[in-house]
Amino acid sequence: MTHAHTHAHSGAEPAMDAGRIRGAILIYAVGLVLAGGLTAASFIAPVSGLIWAPALPVALVVFAIAQMGVHLVFFLHITTGPDNVNNALALAFGVLIVLLIMAGSLWIMGHLNHNMPPMPQLMQMQR
Amino acid sequence: MSAGGEAVFDAAEAGPGLGLRDRAGYGHGESGPASKRVIVGYGFWIFLLSDIVMFSAFFAAYAVLVGQTAGGPSGAQLFDLREVGAETACLLLSSFACGMASIAADARRFWPFQIAMAATFMLGAGFLGLELHEFAGLVARGDGPQRSAFLSAFFTLVGCHGLHITAGLMWLLTMMAQILAKGFRADILRRMLCFSLFWHALDIIWVAIFTVVYLMGAYT
Repeated sequence: MTHAHTHAHSGAEPAMDAGRIRGAILIYAVGLVLAGGLTAASFIAPVSGLIWAPALPVALVVFAIAQMGVHLVFFLHITTGPDNVNNALALAFGVLIVLLIMAGSLWIMGHLNHNMPPMPQLMQMQR
Repeated sequence: MSAGGEAVFDAAEAGPGLGLRDRAGYGHGESGPASKRVIVGYGFWIFLLSDIVMFSAFFAAYAVLVGQTAGGPSGAQLFDLREVGAETACLLLSSFACGMASIAADARRFWPFQIAMAATFMLGAGFLGLELHEFAGLVARGDGPQRSAFLSAFFTLVGCHGLHITAGLMWLLTMMAQILAKGFRADILRRMLCFSLFWHALDIIWVAIFTVVYLMGAYT
């Protein structure tokens, strides 16, 4: 069995050459700059006064989701390429479940809290 | 390469040596079965997503309980955002160093790999040290997890992320030792791929934590 066959059989890719190394480092560097910028924006936005205070939570969530996207694309390399279709579909399903758990919990518990009698009245009812 | 689908399938079944296995397979189309690296990455990605779903349950519990301070302190009184900023910087740079380590591993470069992994470890340990310092300060002031439902949820969520980081640091040291002892073998490189996915995913969860817990807790 030749060397090339061993590699093909075990699924290992050949070592990267200098050009591909530079390209890969560049991708991580771009990701670091974008993620660092979004992190800085998240921490600075509340103290800068540039954002209308009631809109602050929305702005923070937008920064966070953007940064998660940067991490997924530049660090985890979840792309829409042909070797990534399964990964992207699994991610979509995971996001669906996360949204159901978060929104469902907040919705149900919020209603429960709203419909709960105040504590003294509750104690009275239990007596 | 205009062979029909069935012919390609037969050739792929026959194993290496027919040329098809030498090209990177994506698992569909005419390129033959997916390579082991693609399959392992996919399987580990499924695990990471299930881990993220578990974290989403802790996030939901935190969001429901964040107002239930039982007369105790709220997030705005407890959180030191300079320390959180330092933790965030440590973890982001650690994620970048981990990326450099995985490039060095793919390029089969021993010393760049070990140095980048050591940097990843130091930054990750720095994050953990800052987090433990914060937790110790809270517990010392009597604001431990038993103080209120809010603090129980806080320690569960942030502590669970810290436990993941601790496990990741031990995995990191294992990877350094395995590359040292066994070299850049295909199976070791796949483990390294899984480790880098794990480490980057932990940084994604931290983005959610510093936004939802710390920044929103301190300012709203």
